[in-house]
Amino acid sequence: MNIPENLRYAASHEWILVEGDTGTVGITDHAQAELTDIVFAEPPAMGKTVKAGDVAAVVESVKAASDIYSPVSGEVIERNEAIEADPALLNTDPFGQGWIYKIRLSDPAELSALNDAAGYRAQIGG
Amino acid sequence: MVEFAGWEMPVQYTGILQEHKAVREACGVFDISHMGEFFVKGPDATAWLDALLTNSVSRLPVGQAQYSLMLNERGGVIDDLIVYRLAEDRFLLIVNASMIEKDAAWMRSHLSGNVEFENRSDAFAALAIQGPHSAEVFEKIFHRPMPTERNRVEEIKPSRSYIATTGYTGEDGFEWLVPASEAANAWNAALAAGAVPCGLGARDTLRLEMGYPLNGSDLSPDRTPLEAGLGFFVDLKKTAFTGRDILLDQKATILPHRLCAIRVIDKAPPVRPHYKVYVNGEPVSETTSGALSPSLGYGIAMAYLPPAYCDIGQEVEIEVRDRRFRAVIVKKPFYKKQP
Repeated sequence: MNIPENLRYAASHEWILVEGDTGTVGITDHAQAELTDIVFAEPPAMGKTVKAGDVAAVVESVKAASDIYSPVSGEVIERNEAIEADPALLNTDPFGQGWIYKIRLSDPAELSALNDAAGYRAQIGG
Repeated sequence: MVEFAGWEMPVQYTGILQEHKAVREACGVFDISHMGEFFVKGPDATAWLDALLTNSVSRLPVGQAQYSLMLNERGGVIDDLIVYRLAEDRFLLIVNASMIEKDAAWMRSHLSGNVEFENRSDAFAALAIQGPHSAEVFEKIFHRPMPTERNRVEEIKPSRSYIATTGYTGEDGFEWLVPASEAANAWNAALAAGAVPCGLGARDTLRLEMGYPLNGSDLSPDRTPLEAGLGFFVDLKKTAFTGRDILLDQKATILPHRLCAIRVIDKAPPVRPHYKVYVNGEPVSETTSGALSPSLGYGIAMAYLPPAYCDIGQEVEIEVRDRRFRAVIVKKPFYKKQP
C-alpha cells in the first residue's frame, strides 16, 4: 500500500499536501482500493469555504457514494476538473492526477491533528 | 463480501466494471448457489403449476425453460422464477434466494391433486456462465458443443446435475446445477476453462442494462406483472391462475402504473434505487433500480410511473442529493447485444 511520507492524513482517508498556506487534497490509495471502481467525482465549488471535517466533495463507485471530508478549514481555490471527466484517475493515481481540490488554509494549526504516514499506516493496519 | 438472503456473497472479485466487461465481451462465471431449487412431479403437476403461475406450463415442451411469475390473490408478484420441464410430469423451478422459504410455504399451502413438491435448495450449488465466449467454456468443460438453442435444459445426471442455456445477463451462456458437494470442482472447472469470476455487483448492472427486473426492487407484492411490463409471460387465456381476475380487470380498464426504463441525459452521479422521479417539477415516483451503465456510459434506471408519463421520449428528472438531473423514458432493453 502506497503511503507517501510527505503528506498528512485524516482518519477518514484523505491526504493533504501542504505548500505554504495552501494544501492539495485527495483520497488515499487505501481509500480508492476500498471504494473500487470510481465512476463519478465532484470536486467542491471554487470559493467554497469549509471547516475541517465538513463534506467537501463526493465520489461514487458503481455500488456506493462516499463523502470526502476536508482535512482542514479554508477556502477552495482550485478544483481538479480532470477527475470529473475521468473519475478513474482517483483509482489509477490517487496521490497525483487524482487530486480533488486545493484549499487556502485558514488555520494551519489544524495540521497537527492529522496523522503522518507512519500514523496512518498504523491506522489502516498496514 | 456482503450478506445476501442469508448467504455471504462477494459484490466483486476484481472489480465490477472489469467483470461486467468480461461478460459482455468474453465470459464470466457467477456463483448462484444461493438460488432455490424446487422439484415438482406427479400426474397433476402441470395443472397445479398452471394454476399457480402466470405463464402456460402445459404449452412448455419437455426440455425447455420458461420465465414465469407466481402471484398473490391481489395479482401482486410473490416471485419471478424459471420453470424447467424435465419430463412430461416432472419440473425443476429456480426461484430467488430471498424468497425460498416464502415460495415453498405458499406452494405447500396451495398443494392439490396428485403432486409431489420438494424444496431441495440446500442440496444444490449452481453456476451461471455467461458471455459471447460461453460456448468455448462449455466445450472445454463438457467436451461437446453447447446447445445452440436458448432455454434448453438437460438433465446430465438424474436429480443431481443439470445444464440449461438460460441466464440473467442478456448474453449467450448457460447455467449449471451440481450437487452442493461438487461446487468447488465445478467452479474450478469454469475458471480453468477461461471464465472470469464475477460477483453480485456485475450481475446487477448486467441485468439492469437488459431491463430485467429484480424481485424485491422492481417487482413487489403490490405490483402486478402487467404493471411491471411482463405481460409476455402472462397467459390470460388460461382459465384460472392466482391473481388472474385482477389482471383481467387491469387489462380491461387501465394500469395504475407502469415500470418504465429511464435514461439519464445530464452528466450525473450514478442513479440508485429510491431516488425521486419528477415530472413537470412535481415528484411522482421513485426509482426501483438504477446504475451508471458500464456498457453505455450513462445513467439508467427503472421506476413505476403513472401511464400518462410512460411514453417513449417523455422527459422526467431524477433527484440525486438535492439536485435534479434531466432524464427521458426509453425503450427496453437499454443495451442491445453486439452482433
